[in-house]
Amino acid sequence: MTELLRAEHAGRTYGKLTALRDVSVAIDQERPSILAVVGESGSGKTTLARMLLGLVAPTTGRVLYHGDDLHRLGSEARMAFRRDVQAIFQDPYEVYNPFYRVDHVLTTPVRKFRLARTKAEARGLIETALRAVGLRPEEILGRFPHQLSGGQRQRIMVARAVLLRPKLIVADEPVSMVDASLRATILETLRTLHEDLGISIVYITHDLATAYQISDAILVMYRAAVVEAGAIAPIVERPAHPYTKLLIASIPRVSTERSWMSEATTTLSGLAATGGCSFIDRCPVAMAGCADAVPPLYRTDADRAVACYRHQASPELVAADLGDVLAGCHRPAKRV
Amino acid sequence: MSRAVLEVRDLRVSYAHPLGVVRAVDGVSFSLAPNERFGLAGESGSGKSTMALAILRMIHPPGHIDGGRVFLDGVELSALDREAMRRLRLAGIALVPQGSMNSLNPVMRIGQQIADALADHGEALSRPVLDARIADLLPTVGLRPDVASMYPHELSGGMKQRACIAIAICLRPRVIIADEPTSALDVVVQRQVMATLARVQRDLGAAVILVGHDMGLMAQFVDRLGIMYAGRLVEVAPIGAIVTAPRHPYTRALVASLPSLEHRGRLQGIPGLAPLLRDLPRGCAFHPRCPIAGERCRQETPALRSLGTDGTVACHAAEATP
Ligand SMILES: Nc1ncnc2c1ncn2[C@@H]1O[C@H](COP(=O)(O)OP(=O)(O)OP(=O)(O)O)[C@@H](O)[C@H]1O
Ligand SMILES: Nc1ncnc2c1ncn2[C@@H]1O[C@H](COP(=O)(O)OP(=O)(O)OP(=O)(O)O)[C@@H](O)[C@H]1O
Ligand SMILES: [Mg+2]
Ligand SMILES: [Mg+2]
Repeated sequence: MTELLRAEHAGRTYGKLTALRDVSVAIDQERPSILAVVGESGSGKTTLARMLLGLVAPTTGRVLYHGDDLHRLGSEARMAFRRDVQAIFQDPYEVYNPFYRVDHVLTTPVRKFRLARTKAEARGLIETALRAVGLRPEEILGRFPHQLSGGQRQRIMVARAVLLRPKLIVADEPVSMVDASLRATILETLRTLHEDLGISIVYITHDLATAYQISDAILVMYRAAVVEAGAIAPIVERPAHPYTKLLIASIPRVSTERSWMSEATTTLSGLAATGGCSFIDRCPVAMAGCADAVPPLYRTDADRAVACYRHQASPELVAADLGDVLAGCHRPAKRV
Repeated sequence: MSRAVLEVRDLRVSYAHPLGVVRAVDGVSFSLAPNERFGLAGESGSGKSTMALAILRMIHPPGHIDGGRVFLDGVELSALDREAMRRLRLAGIALVPQGSMNSLNPVMRIGQQIADALADHGEALSRPVLDARIADLLPTVGLRPDVASMYPHELSGGMKQRACIAIAICLRPRVIIADEPTSALDVVVQRQVMATLARVQRDLGAAVILVGHDMGLMAQFVDRLGIMYAGRLVEVAPIGAIVTAPRHPYTRALVASLPSLEHRGRLQGIPGLAPLLRDLPRGCAFHPRCPIAGERCRQETPALRSLGTDGTVACHAAEATP
């Protein structure tokens, strides 16, 4: 069994609200990959991340770790999971205890997973990890969370994940608050870890350009569901789903041509479509029938699936196979 | 340029640190023209948020404003007493702080949070007048009036961010400072929020300072951009010039590190670490990472100077023409 983690028809509701609907992904241990998860604010990206981390239980479907239900693991397997799968959270403000120095978030895992035999060795590990994300240990250690800038706090979380050399890092907007140069440095660090150590990465982001640069595959989410998924280059270069098209067209370009704001869509969304496609209220190519039932994912190519009736000529994807579409997108790692 | 609506002169802010003083803002000067959209970008931790707070005198220990003067419509803010300064916040200069959408009060309805901001500024309005005012305000940021009766958790990120902008503009400020207002939002919503901010700004005739890291956003929104490095402004220029012909080696390296959407390759950040703010290198703070640094750069801190264009740059080696 080489499968590290698999979400199978995983969904989550909070009362009447559906935060995530029927998502399947698989992370293969032998073929590590970088999977970008992008999409609408509030579309369920963090919910998916927390589910993969075992922090949120699915209300439908399951999450499997080496084939076993994540929420029924024995204590030994549970400990292994907590070392194998690391998180970099979206909001670094939430992770830190304001009463502890930031050192705490770094020394705790070293102690818990016995990464070092001596204090000096522990300190060395921590300093190396901090430098890898562009931080000066002497500037950071000994400080309280509120004494650091947003980007500094965010990078400590990356350093923490790096420290543990896991098999999978689930990174929820790990660089949303740092400058472009540091973004590049940190993401290249993650990519190097991926290539050299075979660490898989789930990269949740609103920054499509960096996703395009470092990822193999992409999952585009809109209102709790996957609307398009597959190999990243063709999807960013030739998006198929109308939402993906809107998303790519909305990226503010670094250019002297300034048409971005004038093209802003002013329609106030919010009315959840009932029964049919969730994009119908904004879709420029909606047809009769789009309101009747939620479109399934259609496999338009070997490495792409699209949830849109405009592609209903393609074979319907059994949702669980989305994991295979994505697994087919990996690039072989240099060394494993 | 017409008379500045906001002028910042030689602002200095430091934080006490057990190992020394962190000079987070180290002599920053700039001014805003009426209706201008000014961007502040640059290194993480270079003092952008600190400067935003310092303009409003909202620096708390261990932070300290060491010097500098700030003028709003010619009135010196540094001379105002506490009460006058408190009244000026929101009414004169409004700040949408970094991460503000997460700091809305979770147990208070949006309308009440706006009402509190108004009341805080002595706008004693009767309930119907107040409700009408809030109902007028929300659509200006693209929110339905009934959002007033909702709690923050009932709103999406983009809606919360717009609610924060609504609170910021409820007293029709002269200057709006928005610190990374959209970094947590998807680009579709980002575009709506920024278009909203631009419209509100035009309607109020206000000037805007946009703090952020997204150069695409800057390219599309601001008129002029200031680039900060290690507590100082190292370049200020019209946005078109920054995008096409950056002059400071740091700006050039920053622009060069931007990822492309056209072809895939390696991402390349600026080599080396950001300098230690409490122990800056002698001379230009960027010299240890600078590809064109010379002897003078190691000795003498460069001041902002004009290169005969619209922009200014703090670099000994920058040439007048690119
Ligand atoms: N604990 C919770 N209780 C109630 N609703 C929740 C909870 N967690 C998430 N939600 C809701 O589920 C939906 C999906 O939220 P989620 O945080 O997964 O979105 P996201 O895609 O990460 O958004 P963003 O891009 O803004 O980070 C949202 O409507 C959110 O309000
Ligand atoms: N309360 C504090 N005590 C001590 N140092 C602080 C405090 N707040 C900020 N600093 C330091 O001051 C410097 C400037 O921080 P600031 O938050 O202004 O940076 P920034 O440019 O806004 O960064 P970012 O882009 O990451 O938000 C940083 O080095 C930070 O560590
Ligand atoms: Mg999220
Ligand atoms: Mg900041």
